[in-house]
Amino acid sequence: MRKTGVISGISGPVVTVKPRQPVYMFEVTRVGSSGLLGEVIRIQKGSVYVQVYEDTSGLAYGDEVVFEDDLLSVELGPGLLGGVFDGIGRPLRTLGEEGIFLPRGANLPTIGSETVYPYLPALSPGDEVNPGDVMGRVRENANFTASVMFPPGEAPGRVAWRADEGEYSPREAVIRLEDGREFSMVQRWRVRIPRPVSTRLPLEVPLLTGQRILDTLFPIPLGGAAVLPGGFGTGKTVTQQSLAKWCSADVIIYVGCGERGNEMTEVLEEFPELVDPGTGGPLMNRTVLVANTSNMPVAAREASIYLGMTLGEFYRDMGYNVAIMADSTSRWAEALREIGGRLEEMPGEEGYPAYLGSRLAQYYERAGRSRSLGSPGRIGSITVVNAVSPAGGDFSEPVTQASLRMSGAFWALDKGLAQQRHFPAINWRQSYTLYDEMLTPWFREALGEEWFSLKAFMKEVLEKEQSLLDLVQLVGRDGLSEGDKWTLFLAELYRVLFLQQNAFSATDASFPLPRQRDLLLVLKELNDLAEAFLARGGFFEQISEFPLRAELLRLRESEEEDLAGRGAEWCTNLSEKLASLEVMAG
Amino acid sequence: MGLSPDRITVWLERDVLRIPVGDSLVGRIFDGKGEALDGLPSNFAPLSLPVNGAPINPIRRSSPDIYVETGISALDMMNTLVRGQKLPIFSGAGLPANELAVQIVEGANIPGSADPFLVVFAAMGITRREAQYFMEAFRKSGALSTGVFFLNLASDSVVERLLTPRLALTAAEYFAFNRGYNVLVVMTDMLAYCDALREVSAAREEVPGRRGYPGYMYSDLAELYERAGCVAGLPGSVTQIPIITMPDDDMTHPVVDLSGYITEGQITLDRSIQEKGIYPPIDVLPCLSRLMNKGIGKGKTFPQHRAMADQLYACYARAREVERMRLIVGDDGLTSLERTYLTFGGMFEKNFLAQGKEGRTLAASEKIAWKCLSVLPASELFKLPESYVAENMGREGGRS
Repeated sequence: MRKTGVISGISGPVVTVKPRQPVYMFEVTRVGSSGLLGEVIRIQKGSVYVQVYEDTSGLAYGDEVVFEDDLLSVELGPGLLGGVFDGIGRPLRTLGEEGIFLPRGANLPTIGSETVYPYLPALSPGDEVNPGDVMGRVRENANFTASVMFPPGEAPGRVAWRADEGEYSPREAVIRLEDGREFSMVQRWRVRIPRPVSTRLPLEVPLLTGQRILDTLFPIPLGGAAVLPGGFGTGKTVTQQSLAKWCSADVIIYVGCGERGNEMTEVLEEFPELVDPGTGGPLMNRTVLVANTSNMPVAAREASIYLGMTLGEFYRDMGYNVAIMADSTSRWAEALREIGGRLEEMPGEEGYPAYLGSRLAQYYERAGRSRSLGSPGRIGSITVVNAVSPAGGDFSEPVTQASLRMSGAFWALDKGLAQQRHFPAINWRQSYTLYDEMLTPWFREALGEEWFSLKAFMKEVLEKEQSLLDLVQLVGRDGLSEGDKWTLFLAELYRVLFLQQNAFSATDASFPLPRQRDLLLVLKELNDLAEAFLARGGFFEQISEFPLRAELLRLRESEEEDLAGRGAEWCTNLSEKLASLEVMAG
Repeated sequence: MGLSPDRITVWLERDVLRIPVGDSLVGRIFDGKGEALDGLPSNFAPLSLPVNGAPINPIRRSSPDIYVETGISALDMMNTLVRGQKLPIFSGAGLPANELAVQIVEGANIPGSADPFLVVFAAMGITRREAQYFMEAFRKSGALSTGVFFLNLASDSVVERLLTPRLALTAAEYFAFNRGYNVLVVMTDMLAYCDALREVSAAREEVPGRRGYPGYMYSDLAELYERAGCVAGLPGSVTQIPIITMPDDDMTHPVVDLSGYITEGQITLDRSIQEKGIYPPIDVLPCLSRLMNKGIGKGKTFPQHRAMADQLYACYARAREVERMRLIVGDDGLTSLERTYLTFGGMFEKNFLAQGKEGRTLAASEKIAWKCLSVLPASELFKLPESYVAENMGREGGRS
């Protein structure tokens, strides 16, 4: 039976409906003659409140509403990678063929049926199949093979027939069970419900980002969560795009949640050109874009992060490491606030609904590392990096604070650094990571014990710089001791050479971890040489006459692999030069 | 006023508001709801478009990447405007944002292209005096006969004020994407627009957000700003220069803050620089053009453009920091290098930033920038390629 109702009120994206039959919460609806997609968000005294995922202008009092008896779902299957979808999973590429503007009421499946994919079965007739079991493998693109899994939530069964190896369209049946059920490569999942896993696993392997300051000072694990808050112009988007380009995940879900259209275009233009260091194919082949830009409907913005998370979980269940970049949580929270306001809910802090924290938790807690359901056994992870755009750059506002509670790493972007054009403008004093301890064994294994002392030394120098700068404010630079002058200089070298990184330079955009250690080693060595020289009675001025910064920059930029060797050579060279300088007899 | 519930009838049109668009719009002046203000017959054209527009599909956009020369050094050299960008001017009460906007409109050209920009002007809640200034300036520059103008003055209806930018942008989109023009939209003052939004929202008894502005202000502003851009395969473009007055020069005010999150950079005017007698009083440190990198460099402007901008930023930021320190420790506490930075800072403000109403080519800006940079020793210019430094300063470098 078709459940219907009529519109009795409209306020922006929220429509009030008088239903003719009982409806349930979060039930999907089709509103008006053009069938705009919506979702029930409140049921009260015989009225139902529906948030509509499209612009509601043109809807009229008395228009018909149809309830679909389902929750908001998305199709999962081959064709997602490389695709661009709006907040409710409609393919923007297909929509783009119709015109430059987005039409309303378009009803297109997430996964098209035109393309065929090479499929290889993994089961044979007579095999038992359980939820999560891999039924076959499908070549999604030249660089990526996906698993076709038995949908979780389905009852187990026994295989009666399966398709042979060959090319199939996503919706063609590839398996039939003895009880007559048929399955294709496409399955549906309800976006607000987490996909089940077998067990949760501890986090112990870092997500390598190629960003020096993040890998060295504030690493996060595969399965961890980081927040990246910053005022406008501090480089949130550039940092997130750098992560999407260079991080060590297998699949990237990039959610443009209420941000600029041109940023999506940038990703679409750049990613197909860039090479994925993992597979050698174009980066776009491992990326899914969810683009719900700021001028697109606000309710779909609210749904977009759940959609992104569901896509991520689908690839995690195949055993891949997935990274989700959402830009930005604040726009999502504002969508909640806007809809909350339309419902005339009692506002919490700064007008945000009181349930902001719990909704955010439902999202962040879907991150993690886990063993998937079914056989063969697979381990996958979802790492979350969420940008936050605090109003006025003030981190004490509710969205930043709520995100902090949920995440384990805080990468604070600093307006002052951005104005000095120090990028990435991550403030090394404010930022933190809670994952340090659980990642220690991995780093010890990969880089040796020395890594920790090099890291500690850099932190110490940066810390000392801060107190010295306070002193300089009082006495001026000339009033400092020679050793202190050197420390200030060294700290500047650390900032320019190590903490700053040029996302637009081909040689510097991504910096592998071993090279990070080598660079730290050179700087430490340089310090030892300088300190020995000063102890002999040398002056800081004598050292600063060498073009240290320029030479070190050249060393860093050089594309040769052997940074350690060349660094050592450079240090020996310098020590000879220092030895030849005359010093006052001490 | 004068309306009584007993005697009036409200007619529903059963359609959303539309504006007729066509060549006949060019050179016309309309009020905030699209009715003629210039005494000519009312606007009529065969095609009419809904003023709310529709979002551009991100898949169909193309990244703005064509350099626009404005003739203003602080923009061209350090915060380049790119065709299809939305670059607002953040101003304070009494700062010359209008003058700067007019200067940008007059100077804006795409090097190598003969077609000038088509100007679409949306005035929201500005005073009669300001409107006269703009119209007079546009008359002088000739833009009046080639542009389209929508004026909603401070004493006009606030509901119409919400329509004004939508009418203007619909006309702009028509000329850009149907007719292939490069359109430059000046919108002033976005603060007045947002205040109108707040007034209407309050009348509708909506739950207020920060400072009484409605919670949907971000989405509403995005609806306007996001109508800038370029479309792949089409020749036209919409470039926006919104003007936003910062109440009490406060950059964290919701209107300014939300705009900053949507627009692609900002040009900030500063009172203390204005007090030094510098025009245009642009404080380059908080300025930003996000799309700059795409429009500059080899084959577009000059190869070292990005490095040059970075170097100027680094040096000027340092000069300002030294200036602050000088107030505490005095001249004696500074090293000789720090004093050189002070000299650089002064020269940069007086020669590079201050340029009056005169337009400069990029080459002229580059020359002046070098004049300032050459007071610093060459070793300080580490963001620039060595060969480029040598070429412009000689082997020795500047005075040290």
